[in-house]
Formats: sequence, structure tokens, C-alpha cells
Amino acid sequence: MGIRFILLVNKQGQTRLAQYYEYLTLEERRALEGEIVRKCLARTDQQCSFVEHRNYKIVYRRYASLFFLVGVDNDENELAILEFIHLLVETMDRHFGNVCELDIMFHLEKAHFMLEEMVMNGCIVETSKTNILAPIQLMDKAS
Amino acid sequence: MGSQGGWGQSKEFLDLVKSIGEARSKAEEDRIILREIETLKRRIAEPDVPRRKMKEYLIRLVYVEMLGHDASFGYIHAVKMTHDDSLLLKRTGYLAVTLFLNEDHDLIILIVNTIQKDLRSDNYLVVCAALTAVCKLINEETIPAVLPQVVELLGHSKEAVRKKAVLALHRFYQRAPNSVSHLISNFRKRLCDNDPGVMGATLCPLFDLIKEDINSYKDLVVSFVSILKQVAERRLPKTYDYHQMPAPFIQIKLLKILALLGGGDKQASGHMYTVLGDIFRKVEASSNIGNAVLYECICCVSSIYPSPKLLETAVDATSRFLKSDSHNLKYMGIDALGRLIKINPDIAEEHQLAVIDCLEDPDDTLKRKTFELLYKMTKSSNVEVIVDRMIDYMISINDNHYKTEIASRCVELAEQFAPSNQWFIQTMNKVFEHAGDLVNVRVAHNLMRLIAEGFGEDDEGADSQLRSSAVDSYLHILGEPKLPSVFLQVICWVLGEYGTADGKYSASYILGKLCDVAEAHSTDDTVKAYTTSAIMKICAFEIAVGRKVELLPECQSLIDELSASHSTDLQQRAYELQALLGLDSQAVESVMPLDASCEDIEIDKNLSFLDSFVIQSIEKGARPYIPENERSGMFNIGNFRSQYQHEASSHSLRFEAYELPKPSPPPTVAQVALPLPTTDLVQMPEQTYPRETHQAANLPSATHASSADFGVKLRLEGVQRKWGRPTYSSPSASSSSSTQKTANGATHLDGGGTASSQTRDSFYDSRRQQAEVSAEKQKLAASLFGASTVKSEKRQPSAHKTPKGISTSTEKPAVKGAISSSEPPKEKTLPSSPPPDLLDLGEPTPASIPSVDPFKQLEGLLGPTSAPSAIDHSSAAGPKAPDLMALYADAPPAGVSSGSLNPALADMYTVNKNSHETANVAAVKKGPNLQDSLQKDATARQVGVTPTGNNPNLFSDLLG
Repeated sequence: MGIRFILLVNKQGQTRLAQYYEYLTLEERRALEGEIVRKCLARTDQQCSFVEHRNYKIVYRRYASLFFLVGVDNDENELAILEFIHLLVETMDRHFGNVCELDIMFHLEKAHFMLEEMVMNGCIVETSKTNILAPIQLMDKAS
Repeated sequence: MGSQGGWGQSKEFLDLVKSIGEARSKAEEDRIILREIETLKRRIAEPDVPRRKMKEYLIRLVYVEMLGHDASFGYIHAVKMTHDDSLLLKRTGYLAVTLFLNEDHDLIILIVNTIQKDLRSDNYLVVCAALTAVCKLINEETIPAVLPQVVELLGHSKEAVRKKAVLALHRFYQRAPNSVSHLISNFRKRLCDNDPGVMGATLCPLFDLIKEDINSYKDLVVSFVSILKQVAERRLPKTYDYHQMPAPFIQIKLLKILALLGGGDKQASGHMYTVLGDIFRKVEASSNIGNAVLYECICCVSSIYPSPKLLETAVDATSRFLKSDSHNLKYMGIDALGRLIKINPDIAEEHQLAVIDCLEDPDDTLKRKTFELLYKMTKSSNVEVIVDRMIDYMISINDNHYKTEIASRCVELAEQFAPSNQWFIQTMNKVFEHAGDLVNVRVAHNLMRLIAEGFGEDDEGADSQLRSSAVDSYLHILGEPKLPSVFLQVICWVLGEYGTADGKYSASYILGKLCDVAEAHSTDDTVKAYTTSAIMKICAFEIAVGRKVELLPECQSLIDELSASHSTDLQQRAYELQALLGLDSQAVESVMPLDASCEDIEIDKNLSFLDSFVIQSIEKGARPYIPENERSGMFNIGNFRSQYQHEASSHSLRFEAYELPKPSPPPTVAQVALPLPTTDLVQMPEQTYPRETHQAANLPSATHASSADFGVKLRLEGVQRKWGRPTYSSPSASSSSSTQKTANGATHLDGGGTASSQTRDSFYDSRRQQAEVSAEKQKLAASLFGASTVKSEKRQPSAHKTPKGISTSTEKPAVKGAISSSEPPKEKTLPSSPPPDLLDLGEPTPASIPSVDPFKQLEGLLGPTSAPSAIDHSSAAGPKAPDLMALYADAPPAGVSSGSLNPALADMYTVNKNSHETANVAAVKKGPNLQDSLQKDATARQVGVTPTGNNPNLFSDLLG
């Protein structure tokens, strides 16, 4: 499976984007988000960007006020996931130009579309920014 | 593009987003969302909502769910949106549906038809949107509805479509492997696709397939290697580059696959050596992504058939990770080390100090990873130190999940490597005391059995010594205020069996203790049952040897109380105890013999003692018993079920639409006019046909009756319930499918890890200059790694070490004699130096070490800023370590990834830098830790030294 979920959370712990690759009920999501966000936000920049949680790991990275959290299976390459987060940010940056929290909030669906291109079935399937953004740009043009 | 331009957002939406963004607390956010739910409920039900407006409502619904509130009132509108002609609206509809619904939701059936239609679309973006939805929404039952189309799309002219079709097939394989087992060859075909995106995506399903069945894919090794080679040689389009690295994510996936395929296969691994060596050489270790690929290479090298040269390179890379300043790299290094020591355990020795640093790091993640490593390298010579460390850590944490894990690891290691019975019992006591309620009951039973049976040798003396020491420690522990139930059960049982066995404690003393336990845990029936039985045993042993038992008053009152207990079990035990007290000694001895727990009990599983009764009954005319699996006929439930299933599968849903009647208008038009799933969605099996027509007749009238959208929703649910059930989701069928699913989920094989450990070469980079390290750490290292800390000591040029040096040389002859029987590779690696453990643990030397460090450490405590303390205790941070600093300078600074940062993210990095500096300061200070480390030193010494006195075997283990 690889990636179990991707969360964007700001430093107040408010969810800004949530994509799960395995089904969880609303209550389960609430509980899980509360738990892991508390765990990750309490850590210092000096510490590892990885946190073990139950039987999986969370790889997280902070950009200004936003935390990107990715839940992965134990056999996943943590450093690669860390760079995957950066790739996601670079991709958003290319599209929005100096992406910030509000961009993602106002264009939640676009952020989701990008993720849909990059990750399917819990696997990283596309890493070329051109390919990721092509359908979104075409949709922009059409509408 | 500005943040607020674009897709025509209304002021209302902007305000909502702003107010969510400005919410300062969860409660405030909840209030906003609750208000929003009310608004949406009203608005969304209005007639003739413009489609674009509806899209916005859907996004607002997504917000509602994302922030933890139920938006199910709007799901149906998301479903309807998927019918829209506009690509953007359609895709938003699909997105909302995938976020709201899981694949088993009732509404999914309404989307299948739309998906089918979209998969046939001329617009490839529509096809892509539908395929994305397929991956999220199609479950085992609906796979047949879209499978033919998905397979067809594998040959689509657009690469984006082919890629998503591959992934849809992958999803089907994840869901129900059998449904696509005949299509697996398609993945092999797509691996050769001339679009790198399709090829890269195909690696995901192939990885899963190979994990299940390695041998069927050995023929692909050459292909994977050649792909990896081409990727590494930058043959892929530039767009796949990431931070100057050619397609790193594809490289990593390929390396994972190669690791699986090469496991224990010399021939397959042989193909990989060259390309792996190339990647090791090419990778730039200064970027994060470079290190990610490097790490994956190490994993691959350690899992395939070992190549000495590659291993050497992997060890070098690992040591770079471990020496890095970045915690992330250290973490990866520890993990890599854990993989490499499986092939050659000696590798760990070089890095012992780095490992200990990680172990003592305040970062929990790093600490746990290091415990994982220690767990992997535990042997009988270091089990005591490691398990003690683990228990200390276990006591300090609150996370029950990890506590359980580490407790079970302690138990496992203790059971496997325990150097002595006493140690084992003490360790188990600690585990039970601090994590008792989390430990498996089986562990408690094992402990009781061990105490009863001893270690299996016929040494009664040792066994009884073990028992009395257990009794001693338990009587001592009973003084603690709070003990877990499982542990109390063990204690009671042991006290009952062996409390008076060695005559050290009187029966009345033990009885008193047991009564205290029962009284203190009056709510725990299991503990009370154990105490009652223990009391009974003590009394029985007393009576059997002819002594008179006088029950203490509290004991008597306990029995009285239990005789009236609500628990029948407790009542019975109490009455049995009372009955036993009235018997004479001979009767008691045969009822309750001493140490009866060790007798084997034979169980008559065939119940042969009932045979005569059965024969009698049959003679009297009773019918003979027929075992369940031999029964047949109409009452055979199992048979019935399978028949039923068969029927269900042959009558499963047909998703093809009815053939269109020629003259009528095309269905698409009908659907736009009335965006509801009409009856053509599902065709019914023959037998329910009459009912269905009846239903169909009802449908239009209902639509006419209710004009509002609200009515539409209600009616749909009714339809679902009425004719949905008997046909497509019969309860037994769905339940059986779900069990099948879990079974499939459970059969994930863990490939790899079978690498044979044949190379015995040892890899040393002894040119490395070791900085001076505190004696405490060296000692810990010595006890953990059981060998050559000497390397570091030997090279320390400092003056005060000379006495130690002398003692080393004087001791050498003795050591030589001692290790004459040790295995040759060890001697080869340490040509001139004795094992350091002798220095630390042996008789003549211990004086030299304590004489060095406690003083220095006291100095550190008293004069906080004095220079000598800084040199001694900041572990190589002082002026002594120029070479080390040079080493660090090679490593990449933490967190800073290569070049392409943009200004928006820049502030994050400055934050990083700042904290980096502060952390450095903290590392130099390290003040408050001193007291700690003194204590640790003391315990380490205790643990490290005592066993050698008690247990000379342990010592020979170290050497042999």
C-alpha cells in the first residue's frame, strides 16, 4: 500500500487538506488527526522528521505555517517521502506561484487534483511536474 | 494566478474560507461549520441551483467533512454532479464522491453507470477522471462492470489514459486478486511502454505481484536492471529530474523490486552488481534525494546475494549517515546498520559510539529505532544490558502501543538469551510490574511453568533455589502499592505452590500475605480466585505433614465472604477449602499432592469412558451420532450455503444497459433531463422481474408527486432498500466476500530477508581518527557490542590514559591465553589488541577506570563552566576534535535540500538554521544530564560487572 494518508495541517492544528488511501470513518479520522497532529507539532526542528505511530510511520515537513504529514507503512523509504512532500510543494508552487495556505484553501479541489495525479492506490505514480499539471491547466483553459 | 481569482468563487465562499482560516480555536471552527451546515442544508435543497453554484456547495461540503462534521445530507448532490457535461464540474463531482464515500456505500451503485459512460468518452480527460474514480469507488462486486473497458483502455493512444488504466487494474488486483488473475500479463506488457510515466506507474502493481510470487518474475530481472541503468544514465525526459537527480522515485521503486528479486539468488543478484555500483558512484550524497536513493541502494545490497565490494560501499555510505549531524540521516543510518549486520554482525562494532549517541538522544523516534537495532543484535553476552535499557525506557513512556511492543520484545529476548534463572525472574518481575496489564497472559503462564519446572536440567537444588528466590522477590514486591492483575496472579500461584517449600517462611506468614492481597484487590475476581487456591494449597501442605492449621481471623472472614460470593467460581473454591480443612492428613495428601503442577495430565479426547453408555443407548434404539461433516440432506447448512453462493454468483448483477428501443430518444438526453438513476441502471434476474416492473411503474409517479429535490432523495433510498437487497447484495454473499478479502489481506508474504550470511569478511576503516569519548560511553559500548572498543582507546593520545595502556600490556599474556580458543576471524580483525571487555570487567583493572571518571564528573557538577569539564563531557565537542569536525563538514547540513528554494519557503529554512545553532549550544552545555549519566554509569557498571562474578559462562561467551 505504501502511503496511507496525506494531511495538510497548519500550526494551530487545523486541517487544511486530507486525503486517505484507506477508508476511515469520520470519527476515526477525527481521532487520528488529533492524535498525530499533537505528536508532530510538539517536535522541534532538530528532531527527526519521522514519527512512529501505532503500526505505521508519519513523515512530516514544515513550510512556514503549514505542516505536510504523510502516513506510510513501515517499509517505506522515509527520506524519499520527505522529498515527495517537497515535490508536491514545488508542484503547487509552480501552479499557484508562491503558494501559501490561503491558495490551498481557496483552491482545495485543485490541490486534490494534483494529489490525484501524483498518488494513486497509495503509490507514488507520477513525479513529472509537467505531467501532473497538464490536466489541471487544460481544465483551467476550458472553463 | 492570484489566490482569489480563477474559477468564479462567490463572496460567500471567500468569506467562509476566511472565517475558517481566522478561527482561533477548535470550538470557534466548530461553530462556523455548524452554521455552514445549516446554510448548506437550506441552499442545496432549493430548486434549480445553478451548476456552478452547486460545485461550490460541494467544495463547502468537503470542508464540512474535512473539519470533522457529517455532510451526508449532501452526498447525493455529489453523485449527481458526476453526470455533468462540464469536465471541471464532473471531476469535482467525482472528487467529492471519492472523499465522501467508501467503495461499499449504497450510493456507489448509482455512479457505476456514469463511470461506464465516461470510460467511453472521446475526451481523454473525462476518461482519466473516470479512471481515477474507478480506483477509489469500485469494489469487488462492481469490478466486472468496468473491467472490459479498463482493459481496452490499456491500449489507448494517450499515455495518461494508459497509465491510469494500469493503476485501475492494480486497484482491482489489490481488492480482489482473482478478478484480474488472467490479466496480469498486461502489466508485463506495459512495463515496456514507450512512455516513462506509464512504465513508472506499472512498477507499482509489479512490486505487489513480485512480493507475492517472486519466482514467476525472475525473468524480468534483466529488464529491470536495464531500465534502472537507463534511468541512472539520464535517458528519461528532463521533466522527471528532481534536484538534478534523474527520476529518483522511479529509481527507488526499481531498487525495491530488485531487492525482492535478488534475495538469496546468486544468479539474479549477479546481474545487479554493476548497476548498483554505478548508482553508488553517481549519487550525490549532498542532497536529501541523493541520500534517499543511497539508502535504498543499501537496502537492496543487504537483501540480495552479498557482493563483498558492494557491501563495503554500503558500509561506507551507512557510516556517513551515522556521522551526519542530521537526525534524519542518523535514523536512516541506524536502519541501514540493522540491515547490514544481518550479513556481517561485525559491522556494528565500528559504529558503537554513534549507536550509543542515538540511544541516548532525547529524540524518541531515534531512540526507538536504535532499540530496534539493539533488538536485532542481541546475543547472550549483551542481553542483560540491552534488556535493562529497554525496561528503563519502557517505564519512562506512556504510549501503550509501544509499551506493549517493547515489553513483548523484552520477554522474547529474556526467554531466548537469559544468562541465569535469577536474572530471568527479576527481569520478568520488572516487565510485569510496569507493563503487566499489557503483556500477553501466555507470558505469565510461561513464567509460572518455568518456575515450576526449572530449566529442564535434573538439578533439583538449583530449581529449588530458583523457587525460593522467586518467593523472596515476590514477598518483597507485594509491598508495592499498585500491581497489575496478571502479575498478582503469578505471585499468588507461586506463593501457594512454593511459599512454604523451603521452610524459610511460616505458613501463617504466607497466609497473612495472601489474605492481604485478596483484601486489597476485592474487585478482581481472578486474583481472588488465585489467592483462595493458594491458601488452600498452603493449608493442604501443612495438614499433609501433620501440623495443625489455625486459620487467622482475617483468613476465616475471607472464606466466609467468598462462600457468599456472587461468583460461583469463588464460592466453589471457598467451599472446597472449607471441606479440605476438615479432612485428615492422608486424604489431604492425595487430594492436594505437593508440586502437582508438574505432573502431566492426559486428556481423553475421544471420551472413551462414555463408550459403554453409547452402546447401551444404541441397543435401546437410539440413533447413532453422525459427525457434522458427514451429515447430508436438506438440513445441511454448509452445503446449503455454498449452493446459495453459487446461485448468487451466477445471478450476479449485470451492468450492461438494456438494448435501446430504436425509436425512443437516446438515454443520455433522458438522463440530463432527469439526472436520476433510472431502472436501466440495473437489470434484475428473472425471478424478481415482476416486482421490478412494478417498481418501475411506481417510479415516475413518485417523481411527479414530489417536485422538490428532497423527495428525490427519499425515493432513491426506498428503491435501494426494496429491490436492492434480494439481488445484488444478499447478506451471505457480501459477508463471504468480505471474509475472503481479509484472508487475502493476510497472505502478504514478507519477501527478502533471506540473504545468506556467507561472507565473513570484515570491513574496517581503521584510519578513522576517534575522538576522545567519555569512559561511560565506552563501557556501555563494550557491554553492548562485546568487542573492540579498544580501537578507540588505543588511539587516544591523551596523557592520563597511560596507566591504562600499561595495564593493557601487562595483561596481554593472560588474555592471549584466554582467547586462544576463540575463532580466527575475530583475531584477524583485532590483530594486536585484547578485547576491551577485559579492561572494563576484569579483576585487575576496574580500579583504573573509576579513578578516572567519577572525579571528572564531579568536577563537572561543581564547576559548571570550567574548561576541563567541557573537554571531558561534551563528548568530542571540545577543542580536541578537529578531525571530527572535518568529517561533519563533509556531511550535508540538516534539512537544507539543494538549490531550488523559493522565497515563500525561505523563512522556514532560516528558522531551521536558528534552531540549529541553539541546539549546538545545548550540546555543549549538556549540564543537567550529568547527574543522570553518573547514575547510568553506576547501573551500567553494576550490570556489566556482576554477571561475570556469578556466571563465568557468560564470560566465555564474550570471547568464544
